Amino acid sequence: MFSLDECFRQIVRIGVQAIPMASLTAFSVGLTLAMQSARELGKMGAAAYVPDLVSLTLLRELGPMLIAVIVIGRSGSAVTAELGTMKVSEEIEALEVMAINPVRFLIVPRFIAMLIMLPALTIFGDYIGMFGAWLICNLSLDMSAATYIIHSVERATTWDLFTGIIKSFVFAWLIILIACDAGLNVVGGAEGVGQSTTKSVVNSLLAMLIANAIMTGLFFFIF
Amino acid sequence: MSASTPTEPSPAKDRGEPVIEVTDLVRKFGDRTVLDGINFKVYKGDTMIIMGGSGCGKSTLLRHINGALKPTSGSIKIFGEEITGKSEPELDAIRKRFGMNFQFGALLQSLTVGENIALPLREHSNIDSSIIDLVVKMKLELVGLTGFENLKPAEISGGMRKRVGLARAVALDPELLFSDEPTSGLDPVMTAVVDQLTMDLTKNLGMTAVVVSHDMTSCFRIGSQMIMLGTGPYQGKIVAQGTPEEIKNNPHPFLQQFIRGEADGPIPLKLSKDDYIKRLVG
Repeated sequence: MFSLDECFRQIVRIGVQAIPMASLTAFSVGLTLAMQSARELGKMGAAAYVPDLVSLTLLRELGPMLIAVIVIGRSGSAVTAELGTMKVSEEIEALEVMAINPVRFLIVPRFIAMLIMLPALTIFGDYIGMFGAWLICNLSLDMSAATYIIHSVERATTWDLFTGIIKSFVFAWLIILIACDAGLNVVGGAEGVGQSTTKSVVNSLLAMLIANAIMTGLFFFIF
Repeated sequence: MSASTPTEPSPAKDRGEPVIEVTDLVRKFGDRTVLDGINFKVYKGDTMIIMGGSGCGKSTLLRHINGALKPTSGSIKIFGEEITGKSEPELDAIRKRFGMNFQFGALLQSLTVGENIALPLREHSNIDSSIIDLVVKMKLELVGLTGFENLKPAEISGGMRKRVGLARAVALDPELLFSDEPTSGLDPVMTAVVDQLTMDLTKNLGMTAVVVSHDMTSCFRIGSQMIMLGTGPYQGKIVAQGTPEEIKNNPHPFLQQFIRGEADGPIPLKLSKDDYIKRLVG
């Protein structure tokens, strides 16, 4: 059985500590998305549709992707570097020799933490992004909070939120799998740790972008 | 022993089944043969010293005996069980019966000193948490680190980390202890303390120990059996084996140079003048 304490420790490190960065990113994207769309839609007299556009874009695409990018850069790389350092300093071998399965002891808590925290951060980021967009709508378009919320909720459905959560689950699975694999297979010393961390970030980004395209295609054509 | 061939062990007296039995062990990394036909037995209560120059394969041999590496060929029996073909879960049953003290401690950096020592106890026993805390304090006292349980490994010195590694290795009071250079980097007093601890464990508690070392004073102080691994033309082979007395009296020039710590001798540290010129000009 894996350690629940370690699981909670990883939830804090992978997820909770990423909240400030994820919030800032989501807020700034919501803000800029609203500004850009307000100008273009305003030219066509359709500025009232800014909340619709922002909520759909954030829930379906930008929310899961941006938060995944933040988590790859911050938490995925940290997992690879930590496991890699443990590998080169014989800590993983020590666990094996003590008859403690490193996968159960080290990987499972990180896996569970990532699967819980990336979707949670995505939902959180979606709402922070929408808050940023509301600020623009309110200050620049004189749109009331009630109008903004009604427009957002009218257009976006629960399924839009679910597609984002499904995506973030898949991203979480890919990110932690790639990060742990890179960390456990570090060869050499500090140089090896650096190379594996870079490899982990690049491969995670590529896997995430490809998976996103495939899933968007699936949701677009099938559902 | 002195008149016998270098690799011939001293005759085993009636000591029952060996705790460790290594037969014809060969390990190659690519074309390089690191261990070449290693044979020896370790009996209960023995302190077997594996010594040899840097890069001779001492730690590699130890990692084969504890199951971390698989040999190219040959047999390794621990507690009478062949381990070379065993899966990880099967090996774990044997690993719970021995402790391993790593060369640089190999402590988990994310845990405190106390949590590191408690780890095998928490994982492999149902002992109450308060008793585990007590055991941790006792083991820390054994290695002269009372009161250090709440510090992280990064907050203590390299020598202290080694001693914590030793405390963790004996946390479960194992039947067999592997120690990889337990005294390198320790001051003479602490070296004597660690040596005394190893002797107490083997002589008073009947533990068997396998110690990798090139600290000659320590080796002759604690060893009851010794093997010397060779380098250069003897790479990967046992140059000599026997009791400390037999090793001291063995006339093998390679062994004598190593024991006396002399720069000149058969141990190839430098290229000969001709080889040096040949390598330079091609």
